Amino acid sequence: MNSNTAILVAIGLPLVTALGIVLAGRLSANLRETVTLVGAGALAWTVWGLLPELFQGQRPEAVIGEVLPGVAIAFRVEPLGMLFAALASGLWIINSVYSIGYMRGNGEKKQTRFYTCFALALAATMGVAFAANLFTLFLFYELLTLSTYPLVSHKGDAATVSSARVYLGILLFTSIGLFLPAIIWTYHVAGTADFTPGGILEGRMAGSDVGLLLALFVFGVGKAAVMPVHRWLPAAMVAPTPVSALLHAVAVVKAGVFTITKVIVYVFGVDFLFATPSSGWLVYAAAFTIIAASVVALRQQNLKRLLAYSTVAQLSYVVMAAAVLKPLAEVGAAIHMVAHAFGKITLFFAAGAIYTAAKKTELHQLRGIGRRMPWTMGAFTVGALSMIGVPPTAGFVSKWYILAGSFQADNLLAIFTIIASTALNAAYFLPIIFMAWFAQEEAGSKAHGEAPPLVVAALTATALLTLGFFFFNGPVIELESQLIQEAVQ
Amino acid sequence: MDLTGHLPALQVIVPMLAAPLVLLLRPRGLAWAGATAVALLSFCIALSMAVAVAQGARFGYDMGGWQAPYGIELSVGGFSALVLLIVTGAGAFSLLAARPSVDRQIEEERQPLFYAAWLLALAGLAGIVVSADAFNIFVFMEISSLASYVLIAGGPDRRALPSVFKYLIMGTIGATFYLIGIGLVYMMTGTLNLADMEARIAGVTDINPILVAAGFITIGLALKAAVFPLHVWLPNAYTHAPHMVTVFLAACGTKVAIYVLIRFDFFVFQANLPGHQLQFSRFLLPLALLGILVASAVAMFEGHLKRLLATSSVAQIGYIILGASFVTEAGLVASAAHLFNHALAKGGLFLAVACLATQYRDLRLDQLAGAARTMPLTAAAVVICGFSLIGIPGTAGFISKWLLIAAALDEGPLAYVLVAIILVSSLMALVYVWRVVETLYFKPATVDPEGPGEAPLQLLLVTWVVALANIGFGLLPQFPLALSSSAAQLLLGYGR
Repeated sequence: MNSNTAILVAIGLPLVTALGIVLAGRLSANLRETVTLVGAGALAWTVWGLLPELFQGQRPEAVIGEVLPGVAIAFRVEPLGMLFAALASGLWIINSVYSIGYMRGNGEKKQTRFYTCFALALAATMGVAFAANLFTLFLFYELLTLSTYPLVSHKGDAATVSSARVYLGILLFTSIGLFLPAIIWTYHVAGTADFTPGGILEGRMAGSDVGLLLALFVFGVGKAAVMPVHRWLPAAMVAPTPVSALLHAVAVVKAGVFTITKVIVYVFGVDFLFATPSSGWLVYAAAFTIIAASVVALRQQNLKRLLAYSTVAQLSYVVMAAAVLKPLAEVGAAIHMVAHAFGKITLFFAAGAIYTAAKKTELHQLRGIGRRMPWTMGAFTVGALSMIGVPPTAGFVSKWYILAGSFQADNLLAIFTIIASTALNAAYFLPIIFMAWFAQEEAGSKAHGEAPPLVVAALTATALLTLGFFFFNGPVIELESQLIQEAVQ
Repeated sequence: MDLTGHLPALQVIVPMLAAPLVLLLRPRGLAWAGATAVALLSFCIALSMAVAVAQGARFGYDMGGWQAPYGIELSVGGFSALVLLIVTGAGAFSLLAARPSVDRQIEEERQPLFYAAWLLALAGLAGIVVSADAFNIFVFMEISSLASYVLIAGGPDRRALPSVFKYLIMGTIGATFYLIGIGLVYMMTGTLNLADMEARIAGVTDINPILVAAGFITIGLALKAAVFPLHVWLPNAYTHAPHMVTVFLAACGTKVAIYVLIRFDFFVFQANLPGHQLQFSRFLLPLALLGILVASAVAMFEGHLKRLLATSSVAQIGYIILGASFVTEAGLVASAAHLFNHALAKGGLFLAVACLATQYRDLRLDQLAGAARTMPLTAAAVVICGFSLIGIPGTAGFISKWLLIAAALDEGPLAYVLVAIILVSSLMALVYVWRVVETLYFKPATVDPEGPGEAPLQLLLVTWVVALANIGFGLLPQFPLALSSSAAQLLLGYGR
C-alpha cells in the first residue's frame, strides 16, 4: 500500500468499521465485537506501517480537495501527529478488549451505538492527527466532539444528559466562539492555514496581537482543558469507563494538547513565539491550572472525578512544556502525551474494573480492596506512580525532559510548578494506594473477586506499557527529535 | 431549433402558462404530477443557465423583439443565475416531496387550485429575477405575492388567515413604496430599464427626488425581505402556512426581495449618488446586526418548532444583509453564498418539519419529545441541517460563515465588533438548534405519536437529498462560489 493512500485508509477504516458494527449489531453481539477488534487491528497495522517512512524523514501527504481558495482538506504526517495517531490506534485495540469485558460485565444497553460512536471518534482522531492545515484539523476536531456526545450521554437519565450538555456546550462554544475566529484570523493574516515547519506568522504579526491570538487558540481548544475551560472533563465522567479511559484520557484530551502543541510549533513557530513577550502568559496559565487542578483533585471523594482533575493537571503539563518554548521541552511535551496516556488509561481501567467487580466508586470504599483485586490494584499502583513520576515508570521520562527544557529556558516558574505538583500528586495518590493495600476492609462488606478476565488482561497490558516505556523509549524520542530539527531547518 | 437564447423567457413562461393547465387536471394526483414536472423543467432551465453563466456566459433577451430600453428586457448574469437556481430548486424539490403532506392538509378538490397558485408564485418569483426592467419587477412581485397569500392561507390552520392578512397589508405597503420609488426615478430619467436608468441618472442635475426614491425603494424592499425591524409579518405567516408552502417560501421567498434590493441599489444608485455607499451601509449594517442578535435571542426561547425556525430566518436574513452592507467584493460573495446555503439549510429543516408533521399534529417542542425514537431518519436530517444552520465545519453553512467573518475582518476598526457579533449569534444558533436536537433525542416521549414509524418515503427521500446537499456543498462549494463571485463582480461593476 502506498503511504499516501495509507493516510486515507487510516481515516476511512474506522468509518468502515462503524458501518460494519451497525450491520453486524443486528446479527449477533459476538460478530459485532469481532468487527470492532478486526477494525482496531487493521487501523493500528495501517498507522504503524507509516512509521518507517517517518524515521527516514519522509512526510507522506494526501489531498482530498480544495474547499475554499487556499483552504484544502489535506493530510500530512509529521512526527507529532504520527505519535498521536500511533498511540490512539494502538490503545484502541487494548481498549476494545477492555470494553467488551466491561460492557458485558455491567450489562450495559445500546452497545451497538456505543461501539459505532467509538469507531467514529477514532476516525475523527486520525483526522485530527494527520491534518495538514488548521481547517482540516477543525473539521475533525468538531467531528470528534459530536461523535463522543452520544458516548457521554450513554446512560440516558436526566443527570447524565445534563452533564453531557455541559460537555457539548463547553466544547462547541469554545471551538466556535474562539478557535474558529483564531483560525480565520490566522488565515487572514498569513494567507494560508497550512502547518509549516517554523511557523507561518513570523513577520506578519507582532506585539499584543500575538498574545491575543495565542489566547484564542489556547482557550478555543477546549479539549486541552486549560482553566477555566476545563469543566467539561469532570462532567464527561458520567460516561461508561471505557469512554473515560480511551477518549477522556487519550483521544479527546490529547487531541486538545496535540492541537495546542502543533499550533505553537507549526503555526507560530517556537522561536518567533519565544521572541514575542506577549505570549509569556501561557506558562502562567498552565502552571496555575496544574496547581489548582491538583488541589481540587486532593479534595475529591469520587475516584473517577479525582482522575479527571488529575487529567486536567497533566494536560497542562503538556501545554506548559510546549509554552516553555525550548527544544527539549517540546520533546517533553510530545513524550508526556504518551507517558500520561499509558498511565491514565491504566488508572481508568482499574477504576472501571473496581466498578464492575464491586460496584464501588468512592475513595473511602477502597479500603483493603487490594487483597481482593491484586491485579487491578497492582496496575493502579503502577499508573499512580507514573502520574507522580517515580522511576521506573513512563511519567519519569517525560518529567525529565520537561524539567531539562525548563532549565534550558531558565524558566524558574515551570521548574517550581513541576516540583510542587509532584508533591501534590503524591499527596492524593499515595493515600489511596496505602489504603487499598494495607487498611482493613470494613466489616460486613460484600465479598467479590477480580474483574472479568478481559478487563484484567487489558489493564495488565497497559500497566506493562507504562513500565516498559521507561526502558524502551528510544524510538519515540528519536522520532520527536525530528520535530525540533524540522523547525530549525 | 436552438432554445438556448430563449431560456430567460422560458424560465417565466413555462410555469406561468402551465398554471391554468394544471387547474384542468382534475383526476387524483395528476395536478401534483403536472406541477412537479413543470417545476422540474424550470429547475433544469435554471441549472443550464447557471452552468453557462459559471463559465462566463451572460443571457440577454428582448421580449417580442423590441430593443431595450423601449421593450422589456430580460437578463441573466451571475447573481440572477444563483437566485434563479435557489427559486426553482426550492420550487421543484418542495413540490417533489409535497404530495403526502399536501394530501393531508388540502382537500382533494382544491388541490388543482393550490398547485396552480404554486406555479404562479414560482413564475412570479422567477420573473422578478430575470427582469431587467423596474416596472416589470413590480408586476412580477405582485403576481408572486398574490399567489403566495393564497398558498399561505390555503391550509387547514385558521390562524393562517389573520397572519396572511397582516402579510398582505405589509406586503402591499412594501410594494407601494417600491412603486413610488420607481415613479420618482421615472420622473427624473424617463426610463424604466435598469441599465438605461443607471446611464441617465448620471446626467440628472436635481438629485433630491432620486435620493427620496432610493429611500422608498430601500424601505419597501426591506419590508418585503423581512429585514429587521420590518420582519413582524414573517414568523406568523411561516408558522401557520401549510408545511410544504413554508418549505418553498422559507427557502426562496424573502431572498428574491433581498436580490432586488441589492441589485437595484448596486446597479442603479451606488455609482451615481455621491456618498450613497456610506448611506447604504450605515443604514443597513446596524439593522442587520440588530436583526441577527434580536432574532437569534428570540429563537432561543421559542417553544414552537416552526416559529423557532421562522424567527431564525430573520437572523439569517441579517447575515445576508450584513455581507452586502460592507460594499466589498468579499462581503458580497459571502452574502450571495449565504443566500444559497441558507436556502439549503432552512429548506432542509422545514422539509424535516413536514416529515414530523405527518406523525405529530402539534409541533410545539414539548410535544415532539423523544421523536427520534420513532423517526430516526427525520431526526438525523434535522441534526445535519441544524449543523449547517449553526455553521459547523463540513456543512454548507460553515462556508458562508467563514466567508462572512473573513469579509468582516477587512472592515478596519469595526472588525472586532462585527466578528464578535457573528460569533455570538452562531453560539445562539447553537443553543436553539441544540434545544431541538435534545428534545428529539434525549427527552422522554410525553405523548404517543399518531402512528408509529417514519414519514412517507417520498417526503423523507427529498429531505435526505437536501440534507446530503448541505454536506456536499460544505465540502465542495466550488459551483455556488463561482456564481457568487461572478455575482459580486457584476454588482461592483467590474467588466460591465
